[in-house]
Amino acid sequence: MAQLKAGTRMRSAVCATEVMVVAAPPDEVEVTCGGVPMIDIKGDPPAGVSLSPDAAEGTALGKRYVSEAGDLELLCTKPGEGSLGVGGTLLSLKEAKPLPSSD
Amino acid sequence: MNLMMLLEMATSGFGDRVAVKSGASSLTYSQLFEAAGTAAGEIASSGCKRMALLDVSSLAVPVGLFASAWAGVPFVPLNYRLTGTELETLVKEIAPSYLVTDADRGESLPKLSGTTVVTRERFLERATTGSTGEPSWPMDPDQIAILLFTSGTTGPPKAAVLRHKHLVSYILGSVEFASAAEDDTALVSVPPYHVAGMAAIASCVYAGRRIVQLPSFSAEAWLELARSERVTNAFVVPTMLARVIDALSGAASADLPHLRALSYGGGKMPQSVIEKAMKLFPDTHFTNAYGLTETSSTISLLGPDEHRAAAESHDPEIRRRLTSVGRPLPSVEVQIRDEAGKSLGPGERGEIFVRGEQVSGEYLGRRSTVDAEGWFPTRDSGSMDSEGYIFIEGRADDIIVRGGENMSPGEIEDVLLEHEAVADAAVVGIPDEQWGEAVAAAVVAKPGRSVSEEEIRRWVKDRLRSSRTPQRIDFREELPYNELGKLLRRKLRAEMLGEGT
Repeated sequence: MAQLKAGTRMRSAVCATEVMVVAAPPDEVEVTCGGVPMIDIKGDPPAGVSLSPDAAEGTALGKRYVSEAGDLELLCTKPGEGSLGVGGTLLSLKEAKPLPSSD
Repeated sequence: MNLMMLLEMATSGFGDRVAVKSGASSLTYSQLFEAAGTAAGEIASSGCKRMALLDVSSLAVPVGLFASAWAGVPFVPLNYRLTGTELETLVKEIAPSYLVTDADRGESLPKLSGTTVVTRERFLERATTGSTGEPSWPMDPDQIAILLFTSGTTGPPKAAVLRHKHLVSYILGSVEFASAAEDDTALVSVPPYHVAGMAAIASCVYAGRRIVQLPSFSAEAWLELARSERVTNAFVVPTMLARVIDALSGAASADLPHLRALSYGGGKMPQSVIEKAMKLFPDTHFTNAYGLTETSSTISLLGPDEHRAAAESHDPEIRRRLTSVGRPLPSVEVQIRDEAGKSLGPGERGEIFVRGEQVSGEYLGRRSTVDAEGWFPTRDSGSMDSEGYIFIEGRADDIIVRGGENMSPGEIEDVLLEHEAVADAAVVGIPDEQWGEAVAAAVVAKPGRSVSEEEIRRWVKDRLRSSRTPQRIDFREELPYNELGKLLRRKLRAEMLGEGT
């Protein structure tokens, strides 16, 4: 469990996925990738963990993933094979409403 | 957070695409990434605490911006139109700096201690041929990314502070990663020292839109480049659009079939100019963007559909939206407040306040202007209608207070500009013994036309409350503008009062 804040970066313990927190809930949460808790961006993965087949749909570069409640939003900065989750539920892909380019 | 994260994502997403083109030279995203890393090493080993750029647009602008982010030093684009003394003051303020400039300017710069001067050619040569270190940059979101000296229309220049968190939040809040089509090309004609020039680089890199630079604006060069490079997107300030329209004189259409989107901002767009533009560019989507240096560029947008709906409407309330700056971005909140700080309702005039992750509201060496709840006073006055469309009336400092009554110069200027013999007009407040301030108008007649003071007064009196009628009217050959078409109201006022400048 960890208190997240916007800008926090994490990496997957079981695949190449890296994320940056865009929006964080006020409470401590445990974010997972591939079913395994994510680790600090510079951290080393613990031994003996592996990608869960229930969380293996993969992440895509530049896509945002949100929790059901909408209070956690992650930006994928490096893609991988695992799927992101929080509190045992997978995050869903956020559908972007495009804005016209202004600069 | 660091701007480099945006470039790193672009490099791994579409590294072989062209990121930026200047004349015959170009860089792909991968090459831009490598060059930024190499130049970051040069900056770091110089021991300088800032990177300054005193130059027109060139490949050195994106390389310098990202190299600074990589090295963890602020990037400071300087206005190359400043005089020697003005420039010297700024360069001293940001020392020790690694200053990139063109060869001629480099030679004419006085020797300043703590300033390492490097020519653009040398900077780019080293950046593109040297070896790049391991990708690694500071991730502290509070690090300063850019220092931008504001144009100084209201006082001596002060450096607005834009931190990595402001700029990255702005991009994440307004641009979708890799959203540009492969043939998308943006024409960047604003100078690097304008916030729109900086925002354009970050937005285009994250969207994957190729940038084509126009180092020195002329309407003819803009049109030629837009055609030859099959430009799909462009941003212009109102003066640029007015000049482009003039250059197309008499043509039925602009003949830019590839130009899908034209956005404009950075000053008040006269309704007549945008109406003409929409006729000349019938297939182009227009977007009006309102923002400030202190807010990391755009905070509100009037999109293409809203332009069309307004232009086609017979309802004056909806048609009027063509002169609005649209509605706030989803990631930004806007409030209109009165002088006591109370939030105002639809249609009521006051000062525009803005809140959001992209809002800095901070100047180097000064206390933040943002309040405890995160609201930044823009010093722009305006109103918001019942559907959230924002109307800007001008700078709050320019409001004329006559006998306790507040009036905005913009309201009177709009009426003056509707007169068929008037080419340009500006209104300022001048000291008045009886009223505190009096309304003074400077009017430029159209070539070969003349109009009397009595006619001007009657014209205004027929259309606005009598307190708005100019007490003094000066006829002039032209009004003072800065190089980006911003009216220099303080200068005009000083000239009208015979104070010189």
